[in-house]
This record gives sequence, structure tokens and C-alpha cells, in this order.
Amino acid sequence: MPSPALLEVHDLVTEFETDEGLVRALDGVSFSLDAGQTLGLVGESGCGKSVTALSIMGLLPRPAGKIASGQILFGGSDLVTLPANAMQSIRGQSIGMVFQEPMTALNPVQTIGRQLTESLELHTDLTDQARIKKAIAMLDRVGIPAPDIRMAEYPHQLSGGMRQRVVIAMALICEPNLLIADEPTTALDVTIQAQILDLIKELQSEMGMAVIMITHDLGVIAETSEEMVVMYAGRVAEQGSVYDVFASPRHPYTDGLMQSIPKMDSTPKEKLKVIDGLVPSLHELPKGCRFNNRCPDVSDICFESIPKMTVISERQSAACHNVSSAS
Amino acid sequence: MTPLLEVSGLSMHFPVKSGLLRRSQLVNRAVNNVDLTIMQGETLGLVGESGCGKSTLGRCIARLYKPTAGQIHYQGADLASLGQKALLPYRRDIQMIFQDPMESLNARHTVQEILEEPLVIHGIGSASDRRKEVNRLLDLVGLPKRSATRFPFEFSGGQRQRIGIARAIALRPKLIICDEPVSALDVSIQSQILNLLLDLQSEFGLAYLFIAHDLAVVKHVSDRIAIMYLGQIVETASGDTVYQDPRHPYTQSLISAIPVPDPTVKKERIILSGDVPSPIAPPSGCHFHPRCPACFEPCAETAPELKETDAEHSVRCHLESKA
Repeated sequence: MPSPALLEVHDLVTEFETDEGLVRALDGVSFSLDAGQTLGLVGESGCGKSVTALSIMGLLPRPAGKIASGQILFGGSDLVTLPANAMQSIRGQSIGMVFQEPMTALNPVQTIGRQLTESLELHTDLTDQARIKKAIAMLDRVGIPAPDIRMAEYPHQLSGGMRQRVVIAMALICEPNLLIADEPTTALDVTIQAQILDLIKELQSEMGMAVIMITHDLGVIAETSEEMVVMYAGRVAEQGSVYDVFASPRHPYTDGLMQSIPKMDSTPKEKLKVIDGLVPSLHELPKGCRFNNRCPDVSDICFESIPKMTVISERQSAACHNVSSAS
Repeated sequence: MTPLLEVSGLSMHFPVKSGLLRRSQLVNRAVNNVDLTIMQGETLGLVGESGCGKSTLGRCIARLYKPTAGQIHYQGADLASLGQKALLPYRRDIQMIFQDPMESLNARHTVQEILEEPLVIHGIGSASDRRKEVNRLLDLVGLPKRSATRFPFEFSGGQRQRIGIARAIALRPKLIICDEPVSALDVSIQSQILNLLLDLQSEFGLAYLFIAHDLAVVKHVSDRIAIMYLGQIVETASGDTVYQDPRHPYTQSLISAIPVPDPTVKKERIILSGDVPSPIAPPSGCHFHPRCPACFEPCAETAPELKETDAEHSVRCHLESKA
């Protein structure tokens, strides 16, 4: 019998109460992740990738957002039904999170040292001295020069890349089994992005943790992930191994996304393939497949029923009426 | 081809006050002694990381800033030295598209008012002519005519950028400075806007100075590319040459740092250590030497010149004279 996955998300539905009524930000999202693995979550703004992360972390804004149904199985328990204090001990200890904008993820009026030792104080019974020692070692590990001096400094005294290193140190200080990185390099320059992605990869193999890499950049997915989930308007459009999905994307949205990005080796000034139209608003979702208003291969059935996730091979499935199953 | 615009020795230095009573005077050398030419109808891509001075350079050429030194030769005049009044006729020819269309469009004006403002300023056409012209502009950028009566907030990011583009082409300019025009947009919308810019260029023979941090995007739209680092241009060449034969170590590491959207590609990355230094106190000699993997003796002491390696390729690096 194969060992159970580290994280299993089943049919997750997350809803938000808004002025214009109830909005379903996630509608039946399912995926799973094994220990030590990297899963890329890709999609455009508003597709639900960050809401997925917040749902797992139990950090949905309250009271507007709530998980309406579904399960998030992690380490034998269902995070959806877990009481708040039990969730508290998982968050930061077993699951760490890195946010996009390090300046807003850090507290501007607390020293780096204070912010780093906080989760140790919460989750371990180390002494003050041991906590400080561990925090300095962690800063050193993420490549911050003169870590003992940096402990007493404030976030504004660091550059953007250095701040993101501090956020990573904070997320990893309790050695979690799962790291959720939500657009960790979007706010950074490419040469700094390369440093940070390398650092996450190194720490991952050192600590043996699993990573959920959330990004809009297919390049980042291709370089970091083994598995990928493509999201569109709150649903999973396609998922599978990065090799299979990149080699032959089966959902027209995945295909369109891959064709529309300029590549370094493409012919200059050649017209790019485009996906016409706009992502639909969650308030006015089309009936049937949510991609039907932009899809080049649309047919009648796409306006009638929501396509189910169809297994194409052991390592790839897509939710499209035009995809037939492998059998 | 004849050069449309020639920039020589352009510098933009901003005074920075600091210290007790804000007395000590430092200088931020955002753009330092830059030479470049833009040909008629061509796209010159300008790439670099944040703080390298690419936006400042663009704003100097659009004369939103008055440069500290240097010349901008355009149709026999030096735009760098002209006063506001004398500049007015030239402003018709050089327009700008900004990164964030929400901030660059007046939120209290309708699209009609936004698009006809340049025409009003330059006294073009009667009121009914202008209405017709606005309809024509909306059509050109792929927006419905009914957009004219709406306000910017009623549009999506991609549509707002179309309004920004319509405003930039309203005066039928010869050169448009595009400052990160697609970096705030989603991937599927980005390609729509890039295609629109390419269409407009071939229809009106526009020249673009295309400023962006994303080398893949810049390479896609540009004829030539200039790479900037700490206020200076370190390499210029055609897009394909930059990609296939980058000579400057900074260009090489920039290209190797771009994630390739293909999981079967496993490449050796050159990871630069450290951050971009501050343009207030740039490193001695070659500004890139503290991060350069190929740094040798002269680099810390003397600043290299931008040298032509062949007719269409210039590099600012001591390695070129070593070889």
C-alpha cells in the first residue's frame, strides 16, 4: 500500500460574503501532494490560487470568507474541522508560509530577531538563549551576512531580496513539513529571483519538506515543480506532472497560456497567440464551463454542463469536454 | 535608416538631502552619460533591474524631466535644452505609455475627455471632429465606441492600458516611450497588448523605446536591445545577438536567471551574489565589478568605455580589450 499523501485537498469550496452577494472563490478544488514534493499552482489573478493557500493555512479573512465544504487532510487530521487552537499549533510549526510582498509580511516596528523568535516561543520550549541562537543560525542559513547584527535591525533597513530571505527564515525556523510560497519572487528582480528560488530548493532538499509554489509565471513552475495544478476562475482546469502538462497541454486554457508568453528563442515581432476576452467576474460566471466565453474549441455542451476532471493518463488530467479519458 | 532621435552624454542627477538638518548633499546619479539612437520605425528595448535608471532615461527623453547634462537631438533641435514653451510642438511627436494605467488616467474624466485632451491642448479640430477622432482611436485599440462615456474604473486592467495607448497615439506621434506597459497585466492579457503595440507600429510606422525588466518580453518586441546597469548602458545589440552571444557578464547572468517555461531544459545558472548597489554611492571602476563573476585587475580601478565589438554590437567591459 502506498504511503498516504502529506496533503490532500478534496472538493474544496470556499465562499466569500461580499456586498454584491455570496461569491464562490473556490469551487471543488482537489489535489494532493506527497512529502518532499514540489507542487506548482499556476493561474491568473482572481483564479483562486491565493485563496487556496489561505484556506489551507486557516487564514481566510473573517467573517467574510469561509470554507463551505470539502476536506483538507494533513498529517491525519482534517484542517477544515480542526478547532482554532489545534490549527494554531500546525500553522507555523508544520506548515510555513512565505508571502509575496516581504514588506507587508514583516512587522515594521519589531526587530528581525523578535519576529524570528516569536514562532519558536509559540511552538517550542527552548530557552531565550537557545531561541536567539537558533534564529541567528537560521538567518545565516538563508544567506544574511552578519546575522547577529541583523537580529537587532528593523525590516526597512534591509533590501527587498534580504527581506524575502528573512520571511523565508521565519517560515522555516520550526522546520515545517510543508512550505506554501505565495508568489515569493514576483516583487523581486530576476537576478534576485534566481537567488531566492535556489535558496528554497536548497533548503527543501536539506529539510525534506514539501513545497506549494504559487505563481503566475510558467517559467518558475517549470524550474521548481514536479507536479502542477492550473487554476481558472476558482476551478482546476488541468493538473499533472510538469513534464506531461508542458509537453502536451490538454486544456485549451493551459495551451493558450503557454502559447501567449513570449519566449527568449521566439522570432522577434511575430504575433503572439492570444486568449481573447477577459477572465469572467466571480459574480457573473458563465453557465457550464467557465472558460466557454474565451475558448477556441467551444461547442454546445460547454454552455450546458460543467466539465468533470477527466483522467488522461496516470500523470495528467484535465477538466474539458473535448478531452476523452485514456481508457 | 536615418536616426529619428539621438541622445548623447545624457545624465540625470537627483540631489539627495540627508544627515543632520538635511544639510549634507549627496547625488543620485540615476542616469550617467548615456548615448543612444532610435531609428525611424524601430523598437529599441531598454532592459535592467529596478533602480538601474531605465524609467528615468525614458522620462528624460519624453522631457518629463530636464536632464542635468547631455543632448537629445531631434529634427535639428536639442530637446534637452529647450524650455516648456519651445518644447510644445515637439511633444506631439514624442508620447508616453505608463505602467499603471489606473494611476496615469484621470479617474474623474470620461474616456472621451481623456482622449481628446491632447487634441485640445494642441488645438486640433472642432468639437465634432474630436468626437469622431475619439471614436477612431477607440476602434484602433479595440474598444467599443460606447466606452467614450465611461470612466477608467469601469474597465479592466488590460482595457485601461488600451485607453492609455489610445491617448498616446492621439497626436500621431513618431516615437512612443513605453514604460513597463505590460508588467502590471496578467499573462493572457499581456499578449493582447503586445500584439496591439506591434499592429500599431506597422500601421503608423511608429518608433518605440520599450522599457521593461522582462527580457523575454523586450526581446519579443524589439529590433535592438540596450541593457542598463546602475545608470549606464552596458551592452547594445540586436535582440537575437543579445540572446545568442551576450558579451557583458551582467547580460549573461541576466539571461541565465530568466526561468525557462520548459521543464526539460536544465541549464547552468549564473547566480549573482548581492544586490544592485545604490546609485548614490556606485562602486569604483566598473559599477558591476563587486558582483561580476569575471572580475579582474583593472575592474575595480578604471571604468570601462562602451566599445563597438562590431557594427551592431557595443559592450562596456574590460574583458573586451583583454581578449
